Amino acid sequence: MEKLSENKRAALLSVLLLLVGLFVWELSIPAQKAVGELTEYELLTGGGQPKAGVPPPSQVLAKAWEQLSNPFYDAGPNDKGIGIQIGYSIYRVLTGYFLAALIAIPLGFLIGMSRVAYKALNPFIQVLRPISPLAWMPLALFIIQDSEASAIFVIFICSIWPMLINTAFGVAAVREDWVNVARTHELGAVKTAFTVILPAAAPTIVTGMRISIGIAWLVIVAAEMLVGGTGIGYYVWNEWNNLDLTSVIFSILMIGVVGMLLDAMFGFLQRRVTYIE
Amino acid sequence: MKPFLSIDNLTQRFPDGTGGELTVFENASFGVEKGEFVVILGHSGCGKSTIMNILAGLAEPTSGVVTMDGYEVRGPSLDRGVVFQNYSLLPWLSTLKNVTFGVAARHPEWSRAEVAAHATKFLAMVGLEGDVIHRKPSQLSGGMRQRVSIARAFANHPKLLLLDEPFGALDALTRGTIQDELLKIWGQMEQTVFMITHDIDEAILLADRILLMTNGPFARVAESVEITIPRPRNRTEIIEHPNYYAIRNHLVQFLGKRSKEMSGQPTEAGKTNRPVPVRIDKSEPADDPEDRRPALSAVNG
Repeated sequence: MEKLSENKRAALLSVLLLLVGLFVWELSIPAQKAVGELTEYELLTGGGQPKAGVPPPSQVLAKAWEQLSNPFYDAGPNDKGIGIQIGYSIYRVLTGYFLAALIAIPLGFLIGMSRVAYKALNPFIQVLRPISPLAWMPLALFIIQDSEASAIFVIFICSIWPMLINTAFGVAAVREDWVNVARTHELGAVKTAFTVILPAAAPTIVTGMRISIGIAWLVIVAAEMLVGGTGIGYYVWNEWNNLDLTSVIFSILMIGVVGMLLDAMFGFLQRRVTYIE
Repeated sequence: MKPFLSIDNLTQRFPDGTGGELTVFENASFGVEKGEFVVILGHSGCGKSTIMNILAGLAEPTSGVVTMDGYEVRGPSLDRGVVFQNYSLLPWLSTLKNVTFGVAARHPEWSRAEVAAHATKFLAMVGLEGDVIHRKPSQLSGGMRQRVSIARAFANHPKLLLLDEPFGALDALTRGTIQDELLKIWGQMEQTVFMITHDIDEAILLADRILLMTNGPFARVAESVEITIPRPRNRTEIIEHPNYYAIRNHLVQFLGKRSKEMSGQPTEAGKTNRPVPVRIDKSEPADDPEDRRPALSAVNG
């Protein structure tokens, strides 16, 4: 027999694991008995009513098909398509995230270039960084007085730290020789920053951005559960309140897929800026 | 008349970590003429690299003045090109882009095409042509990387080219080829070069004049040895020249013995340390180099 390549074998194994997993899941859900098979006693105690239980994968797949074939319908505040919900979440994540990048990257540059700035700001960073972003929520709601903006603020505050720290570290670790090359070529401060320091620190900066987007996507679900209204986090919580576990499982999977895509985008960017010394 | 490059009373002291001061060198004074190839030879730690960094403008001396072409050297400048020991190529740029980077900085008024053509020409002068110039430095061998660095420096026509142990990290065979290439390109450009090395043979092959440095602390540029071997030189032929071994022995003697004996002596107040000129020439029988020995021993004290 011809030997398959490593990638093909891995893909085959993945599909096999998926099928086995789904099969076991499907089998482990006890089927509901048809009304005709129930004893009189069971009928009297409500055995004929549909029972809430973990849905089998077949139902989840059917749900996915139904939702994904019409992702953007809008039938009022409590019934919007999955596409709209995810769209809201992505909008919040990206807004908060880019605001954070706008501050973190220039500030990180400054901290990385100056040892004094690093030492002065380090205690603040060390205290603020470990705070769970959701702990800011009450304060944000009180000060901003707007749940939408508060959710964006929470994303902002959670994605700022990895970008800030990585930018500072990347800039500080730029090899002295490369800076000397810029100096002996009489490049000005701005030109040095863009043509030497930025490309030299880019891999570290993008790593920070990748960590940040991952954290932001983790946090948005929790934030939306709190602020409500729209978004994938709200959707999960709303379907839980509806006891629609099929939708809950479906949206959990969607959260994973979107998170993976966001990460893949930054992974691609990371490969573009990485260089070998 | 001041030489083209003049180093006057250059002193470098560093804090020694215990509250005192460490004098690397003191009142060092020497000159380099236009178009001259000067090599500075000495043991590690004698302050060669510090002198180099001061000339490049990357470091500040504790005291003393460097003047080039009538102007005091302050900070780095495109007039003083540097080839660093570790090549210092920017790894995210292609070979060609590494050279155009320098050319564009030197000639901001040039068009993209002019910059690229100039860079390609100089890469070709060090033997890098075709596909190779679009590779990243990481895809090049150490020797090729140093060629790129040399091309980048020469392409900028600096008034003074500083070479900081450019071949230190290369194997002996590669080193030989690139030395030849350096000589070739130098011959075409009449470039003033100041180079650091600890390789005696390399120094004799390349230099018009070798400055000998004693060991630190209180290192000094003790001697300026003229290389009395006519150019063009060739590594296989210069060893046949009657002066070769005479000069080489003198240098080995100095580095092996006298550089240690002369170290650690502070300079008397107000005295400048100028190197003693040494000329060894066996090809002119009338001028016996041994005549110069007494002058040297006087310096040694």
